[in-house]
Amino acid sequence: MSSSYDRGTVESFGRWQEFSAGMWAWVLHKFTGWILIGYLFTHIAVLSTATQSPEMYTDTLQGLEELVIVRFLEIGLLAVAVFHILNGVRLLMVDLGIGLGSQDKSFYASLVLTAVIALASIPTFLGGVF
Amino acid sequence: MAEHYSSFQRGTWRWLFQRLTAVFLVGALGFHFVLLHFVNHAAEISFMGTQARMDQIGYFSLMVVFLVTAAFHGINGVYNALINQGLKGTQRRVVAGVLTLAGVLLVGQGTYVALHMNGFL
Repeated sequence: MSSSYDRGTVESFGRWQEFSAGMWAWVLHKFTGWILIGYLFTHIAVLSTATQSPEMYTDTLQGLEELVIVRFLEIGLLAVAVFHILNGVRLLMVDLGIGLGSQDKSFYASLVLTAVIALASIPTFLGGVF
Repeated sequence: MAEHYSSFQRGTWRWLFQRLTAVFLVGALGFHFVLLHFVNHAAEISFMGTQARMDQIGYFSLMVVFLVTAAFHGINGVYNALINQGLKGTQRRVVAGVLTLAGVLLVGQGTYVALHMNGFL
């Protein structure tokens, strides 16, 4: 099916209190997508130290990992990636016409599962930094 | 029933490839995160460990395909988000050119890095 939707309400962010679950899913999917593509450029830039010398690569990565802020940012990145993946699977299902009637519930499930996975990852990400 | 909101016009080739790359990326991104944060801890990563993984042709190929699909998916997503905000005409063509160039440079630099990691360069 090829059709366009009137997204006027979605793009009127001043009316955010009237947003439905589907609109929030749309906004959060874009927000997390922008973060992930921005991170990809940063990631390749940091990994490019491998082109200089093995020592520079190892020192840069291990040096970054010694910073507490980096560990917290990694937890945030995991949360962003997990939500984008879960909501992305939800979007694929919606595109295939599966579970259309409960797409709002699957959005809430994506949020809850993201929170659970991010919280459960905290001990792993913060291990050894303090 | 709640409406379905999407930035993409269905049925276009960019819509189709966004979905196809998404299916691959669900697995690849999950694998990447688990391997480099939970199986191997990021704080213990060294060039030797990276080289040992990248020496395996299967892993190396997966990482390069991961880079290409992630770059396409991300840049195509940004392009659609901008179109969705009303980008059109000359501005749209200029943005398409800039984003394509950024994607090519990203994949080029990433591949160059990968070849250093596996010792080819």
